[in-house]
Parts: sequence; C-alpha cells; structure tokens
Amino acid sequence: MEPFQVHQGVAAPMLLNNIDTDAIIPSREMKRVSKKGLGEGLFAGWRYTLPGGREPNPDFVLNQSAYVGASILLGGANFGCGSSREHAAWALKEFGIRALIAPSFGSIFYSNCIRNGILPVVLTPAAIDQLSQAIEAGPQCAQLRIDLPRQRVATPNGSQYDFEIDAGHKRMLLEGLDGIALTLEHATDIDAFEAADRRSRPWIYG
Amino acid sequence: MSSPRTLFDKLWGLHRVCDLGDGQDLLYIDRVFLHERTGSIALRGLQDAGHALRSPSRVFCTMDHIVDTVPGRNDDTLMPSGRDFISATRNAAKAAGIRLFDIGDPDQGIAHVVSPEQGIALPGATLVCPDSHTCTLGGLGALAWGIGSTEAEHAMATGTLRVTRPKNLRVNFEGCLRPGVTAKDLILHLIARYGAAGGSGHAVEFAGPVIRDLPIEARMTLCNMAVEFSAFTGLVAPDERVLAYVHGRPGAPGAGDWDAFCEHVSKLHSDASANFDAEITIDCDELEPQVTWGTSPEHAAAMSARVPDPVTEQDSQRRGAMAKALDYMGLVPGTPLQDIPIDAAFIGSCTNSRLSDLRLAASYLRGRSIAPGVAAVCVPGSMQVKAAAEAEGLHEVFKAAGFEWRESGCSMCFYAGGETFGANKRVISSTNRNFEGRQGPGTRTHLASPLQVAASACAGRICAAQVLN
Repeated sequence: MEPFQVHQGVAAPMLLNNIDTDAIIPSREMKRVSKKGLGEGLFAGWRYTLPGGREPNPDFVLNQSAYVGASILLGGANFGCGSSREHAAWALKEFGIRALIAPSFGSIFYSNCIRNGILPVVLTPAAIDQLSQAIEAGPQCAQLRIDLPRQRVATPNGSQYDFEIDAGHKRMLLEGLDGIALTLEHATDIDAFEAADRRSRPWIYG
Repeated sequence: MSSPRTLFDKLWGLHRVCDLGDGQDLLYIDRVFLHERTGSIALRGLQDAGHALRSPSRVFCTMDHIVDTVPGRNDDTLMPSGRDFISATRNAAKAAGIRLFDIGDPDQGIAHVVSPEQGIALPGATLVCPDSHTCTLGGLGALAWGIGSTEAEHAMATGTLRVTRPKNLRVNFEGCLRPGVTAKDLILHLIARYGAAGGSGHAVEFAGPVIRDLPIEARMTLCNMAVEFSAFTGLVAPDERVLAYVHGRPGAPGAGDWDAFCEHVSKLHSDASANFDAEITIDCDELEPQVTWGTSPEHAAAMSARVPDPVTEQDSQRRGAMAKALDYMGLVPGTPLQDIPIDAAFIGSCTNSRLSDLRLAASYLRGRSIAPGVAAVCVPGSMQVKAAAEAEGLHEVFKAAGFEWRESGCSMCFYAGGETFGANKRVISSTNRNFEGRQGPGTRTHLASPLQVAASACAGRICAAQVLN
C-alpha cells in the first residue's frame, strides 16, 4: 500500500450530507471480479449525463476545469455512509483521490479508506466551510496541504486546521502497512486466547 | 467486584485478544460470512498474498447479491458479468473448503437471513461479513458488523480484526405500539428524528418495554437499519425468546453444551447501573407507520404527513440535500404523502423478508388485489423462508393478489444483479435504502414496512393499512 505522509493537491468541494457509497460507485459500475477498473465508474450517476454512459455532465464538480486533477474532496457529514463496498475506496484511489475532508464518515467506509492509503480527515463543518471558501477563488493555485505526521491541513494563505486520528490508523497510513502482517505479530496472543476460549465457549468451535 | 458494564462492553470484553496500544483492540472473530459480490475477491486476495484461512469451518458463503430471483434461474443474471462473480465465488469457496449456500441449495438465501436460520449467528458470538447490514444479527445478541473486503481477508487469515472501540448509546422505546406499527417504523422514526448520522461512532443498544415485547425477527429488522443510523452496530439483549429461537438449529450448540450456552447468554445484558455515553428515549404510544419521501433514510415521516418544504430547514447542507432529494423523487412540497401514486411494490431484502414479514403482508393481501398498473414482487429472504411460507399457502395469497412470487436473493433491494422496475418508476419497498439509483438508475424508492407496502400496492398510492386490534 502506498504510504501517506504529506500531500498537496487540488481540493474539490462536494458539500452534501450523507454522500453514500452507492453514489461514490453505483452497483452497475462494479462489473468485474476485481479491485481494478473502477476509477471510471467513480460518481458515475452524477459525473455522466446518462446511466452507463460516458458523456461528462458539465455541472458535476470533478468535470469542471477548475478542479482538474483534484486529489482531495471536501464533503458533508456522514460521507461514505451506506453499503460496505470497498469498491468505493478502490474507485477513489484509482481516480487519484488521496484524502477526504468531512465532518464525519460512515465507519465501514472510513476503515476501507485507511486500508487503501486514503486519508479521511475529520474537521468541523465551520472549518470545512472556510476551506471551501479558501479554494473557491482558484482551486488550482489554492491547493491544500495535508501533513499527516503533524495532523494538520493548511491553505496557501496560512490558515491551519489540526485534526485527530487514531495512532493505529496513522501508523498504517504513514508506513503503508498491511494489517495482516501487523496482526500476525500477535499470533501467540491469538493462539492463547483461542485455547482458553475453546474451554469456555466450546460451541463456537463445533 | 467488577464495575457495571453495558451489553456491548461485555461482548467486546469476551472477544478482546489484546490491546494494540494504538487506540485499537484486537478482537476475536467467531464467524465470517461471504457473498458472491466480494467473496471471490477476498478469497483470491488471500491466496495471492500467500495466506491460509485460519479456520475454514467457521467461514461461510452465500449467493445472494447478484443471483437472479426468477423461478428456474441458473448462473446467468440480468447484469452481463454476473455469471463471472458467481462462478469465481463458487470455485474460490470450493478451493478454500468453506460451506457455500449455492444456487439450488434448499438453504440458500440472503446472508443475514441464512446465518440466524442456520444457527451460524449466535447470541454472544462475533460475526463479520463484507456487507453493511451484518448488524442485523444484533437482534439475536450477536456482536456483528459490516466490513470491507480487505478486512474480510484479515479476519479469515488471522481470526481477528483490529477495531477502534465505539462508544455506547442506548435507545429506549417506551410505551406501546399501535396496531400496524412495526419494527421498521421504529427504526425509520429514530433515523428521521436524530438523522442518518445520529448513531455515528456508537454501538446502539435498543431497549425498553417495546423492544422486550418484539419477536426475534422484528428485532433483526430493527438492528438491520442501525447502519442507516451510522451506528457501528445495533444490539438487543438476548433473552429466553432468543434461546428458544436458536434451539435446534443446525449450528446451534448441541445437547452437551446447551446448558453452558444458556448460562453464558443469561449474563449478556447491560448491568442496572451501566454507564452509556448517550441515551435517547422515544415514546411509542402515538407513533404512526412511517414512509420515506427522499433519498436518505432520514427523509422519513408519518404516512399521514406531507412532503416537507426545504425552505423550512434551517441547516443549509440539510436544506440542499432535501431539495436535491425532492428533485430526484419528482415530488412537490406540501403534497400529502398518501396522495403519491406508485408504479411498483417490492417485499424482500435482509430487512423485511422473513416468515413473519410475509405473514404480515399476506394478512392484508388475503382477499384483496393490487391496483391496476402496479407491478408487485415478493422475494422471500431464503429458500427456507420460501418453503415455510408455501407450506402455509402464503404464496397463493401473494399470487392471487397479483404479486410475483420469486426465488430468494437480494433482488430489487439494489441493482447489483440488474433487477429493477425501471427509470422514473416509483416503488414502495420493504428494503433499507432509498438512495439515488439504489433500485436502478432513476428509480424512486419509498421505504416502508411490508404491511404498508401491501396496503399501498392495493391502493395504487402510498397508503397506510387500516388495522384493527
């Protein structure tokens, strides 16, 4: 997994509440038994004029020239709610999105982002409004800088917003770690738990 | 003496392998359930990384998301590449040596209907599945939640997951339900009142006299939509009714373990003075049947209400979302919800497709017919549910009323397999999500209980069933 340290990029505002994972990637765009080939289907219902079509809808923010190359999305509350489809994270990643900034996230989606090298940043709605205003004048020059080691988002005019993130999530992102390898370091603990649990809850083990 | 704990604290503690020291705990996972949409991707991912399944006998897989539900189905689906997902999952499941509920298996069905039915989900057990509605199983007192594919790989390889512990929220449903008001109405009302993010960061225990009186399948309906409240999961404390439900199922504890199991389950409740981070109380005496008017489950209201006007909403983002929703739904503010004509009705999904749901809908449909021009489909949640319903003659009731009677699967809950009523069609649906395009491009979804879906199908418009005691 690609590590996330410091990222600077164009941010695009999508300040709607409850943007669900069906909107991030509709079912009909998940055509292959694969984690790949999903970037094109990102936000397909809003991004293209017709279902299944590929003609860009000029009203959609990521189709506007000001936001070409966007790698950060600003979202409303409960971003990524709904379906657990990890395809939403895979599609964002393939499209080139490295970080999301929202007041809150769907918990499964949040976890999926961490496991795919996408940084979900939680900021207050007021801070996100300010960020949105800061980029509006010129998104290409008003790029946001997200510093994960310092847990800070900065605008070119010097405004800074600190954010919280679990130490475990931060480490996975910073080092691009694979969760399975990390957990297998605890194999002895798992074996010991299981041996004791077999005695107290034998019905689980059949 | 240990300090008082919540049900969730107890379930968490029973599965905590160790504190990872970074804000996360390593939790032991008792059961993993897969489905054909992501099952093969997860199994193949493990294989590619050179990891073996730690306990194949505790991993299960069903065909539900993409499979066709028309009678006489095979591996073909309306979605052109659906067959690839089905055959890849079948092959991967066989290679991994896990139990597969395949097409044609008399036990096949929707994951969250099959797992309680087969005794795979048990009170006090942890169960994860790459499907957000896994929280359904909290209705049995299982600690169950939805995960992504990568986490499913992690759970299968290590027998554990790294999880940040959520906070505790208790929702008390007080009073008495009126006739015709169901678990679906409780959860829609909760989400409408506190928002689709109302449970964010919390595990929610549903409690109070209304919940104690709820049958087990209704508890599953309630917990099913905890994810639409953005909760980590939903839970109901297991009681004697749960034990009676579990007893004798294929995966239930055997006679030798039964007493110890009952003793274990008897401790799974919140202690009297347990501390909750937040608490909500809802008086149910006046609660009416609910229906959604927009594109988020929080866009729900009593069926006697009118389509709300975004102008009256103070919060600008909520106002924007309301206006966008009404535009998609083709609705005008101020319209009485019960004046809205419908094109189609759907009864099914992991929310409301169990035998009690079908009985409830059939109780209304008996001797009635759906309105001319309405398309209506019933998809039982599992082939076991279907067989049980047919043994009671319910299929004849549905068919006589004008409903199609199908094979089991997720079907029109969403568009994964390509089943849909079509663009701009207005559907009253017993499912869980009314998102834009959820039931197909341009399809407009109104969520309600199976009873109100049946009543609306007969009326040809959104309509509350008149139910007598």
